[in-house]
Amino acid sequence: MNKLILGRYFPGESWMHHLDPRSKLLAAAYFILVIFLANNWQTYLLLWVFTIFVLYSSNVSFSVYLRGVRPLLWLILFTVFLQVLFTGGGVIYLEWGPITISEFGLLNGAYIFCRFVMIILISTAVTLTTKPIDLTDGINALLRPLRKLKVPVDELSLMLSISLRFVPNLLDETQKVMDAQRARGTEFGAGSLLQQMKTLVPIFLPLFASSLNRAEDMANVMEVRGYQSGEKRSTFRQLSWGIRDTASLLIMLLLTISMIWLRTETTGY
Amino acid sequence: MGKPILEVEELTFKYDKRLEEETLSAVSFTVNKGEWLAIIGDNGSGKSTLAKLLVGLLEPQKGRICIAGTELTDDSKWEVRRHIGLVFQNPDNQFIGTTVQDDVAFGLENVNMSYEEMVPRVNEALRMVEMSAFCEHDPSRLSGGQKQRVAIAGILALKPSIIVLDESLVMLDPKSRRELLSTLNQLKHKESLTIISITHDMNEAAVSDRIMMMKSGRVLKSGPPAQIFIEEQQLEPPFVERLKRELENKGKEVPKAYTTEEEMVKWLCKSCLMV
Repeated sequence: MNKLILGRYFPGESWMHHLDPRSKLLAAAYFILVIFLANNWQTYLLLWVFTIFVLYSSNVSFSVYLRGVRPLLWLILFTVFLQVLFTGGGVIYLEWGPITISEFGLLNGAYIFCRFVMIILISTAVTLTTKPIDLTDGINALLRPLRKLKVPVDELSLMLSISLRFVPNLLDETQKVMDAQRARGTEFGAGSLLQQMKTLVPIFLPLFASSLNRAEDMANVMEVRGYQSGEKRSTFRQLSWGIRDTASLLIMLLLTISMIWLRTETTGY
Repeated sequence: MGKPILEVEELTFKYDKRLEEETLSAVSFTVNKGEWLAIIGDNGSGKSTLAKLLVGLLEPQKGRICIAGTELTDDSKWEVRRHIGLVFQNPDNQFIGTTVQDDVAFGLENVNMSYEEMVPRVNEALRMVEMSAFCEHDPSRLSGGQKQRVAIAGILALKPSIIVLDESLVMLDPKSRRELLSTLNQLKHKESLTIISITHDMNEAAVSDRIMMMKSGRVLKSGPPAQIFIEEQQLEPPFVERLKRELENKGKEVPKAYTTEEEMVKWLCKSCLMV
């Protein structure tokens, strides 16, 4: 649980922390698109400079980011090796049955590695500097246009924020149930796979039952406080778009332009 | 105290229609504007069911409920709920917002109140329950009692004319319970808030204007606390009443009428001087 950095929030006062969640989400999604514009080492270099600049401006130490990449490293390496081993073209260094190590293969592998790592780093930077609830607000605001297509955006975001709010409660409760079952003599994590799965039943059933009770109580509370789904509601949480937000989107635009320029300058298309 | 704000007539309810036993049978009572009514009774006497019926979460089989002149029906329940607020017992499941102030604002968001109007209301409600310092906290960092206060603030922010507390003060320590009770008392006098508190705590019942005793779905009796505590000997009475009974057992002559703590102290001092 402690290993996963993605999705956690580190409180701080950096430039990134004060950005509006909408601009951060937009920029992050846009960056992932921009990455696919890169096709040679000059463009990748530019992307790396940009990524490191973003990480630096988030004021979170680099070791935290490295810890965030580590759990996904095997997946990345696996993909990279598949690319390296099965792509032909260019100078061929080694050929053995279907396995070829070629110039193109190595290059592609390196590029894919860069893409993966950069995407993870940038999305980690967003979640590390944004409170989960602000992320929910940001997602809600960005999805708002979908309301025209009859997508229940407000309901979805309410569900999202209630789920987020109950994560610590459910974790606490899981711990309590586990301790209670331990006190009754259940041993967790011992025995064969089947036995281990069986010991999970006395955890899941009470948790499930209590979640249902919780949901009912919650629904009552919401109803008493006047919540009607589909009715127009105002919002207490206000998002404010500042100069920094416009600036950060302009930086993204600048990045795109320089990417396209570098691409045409160096490869001709 | 003025005209009745809540009228309940012949209210009958059972959870399962196939069951013989009724959870509530023919319950009738009225509550005046600005009155504090305490409902007491054993577990299973139908107190919490009554609370849910009052806000329209459950539908009665028979009888009617009138709140501020409007009869509670399926169509009118949203309208009626603006006049009546219910605070439940379990503070964990009552927390909807991700922070304290979001939770208090939830009810206001539902009535589509503008942001400018909402902020002072939220702050005021949090001040009333003395939780202003915690407005940015998230629920996982609050104690049970603090969560209960937030739940009460969430209802107070809506400014209902009737507030129903369904054992909502059980997790508070004695000091904050006293403080909150006195805050509610002030509201009752200043804004003629009507309070219906369902409780097992006799000290909470003692501060009310009237106590209604329930037993297996019926109203057993109703009257001012003084009368109820003297008549019902098997009831666990507040401290003063217990002291009086002890003295009586020891063969001392004690005043027959119900006395508050202060009156009792005065009386004790006087009788000491006489001896």
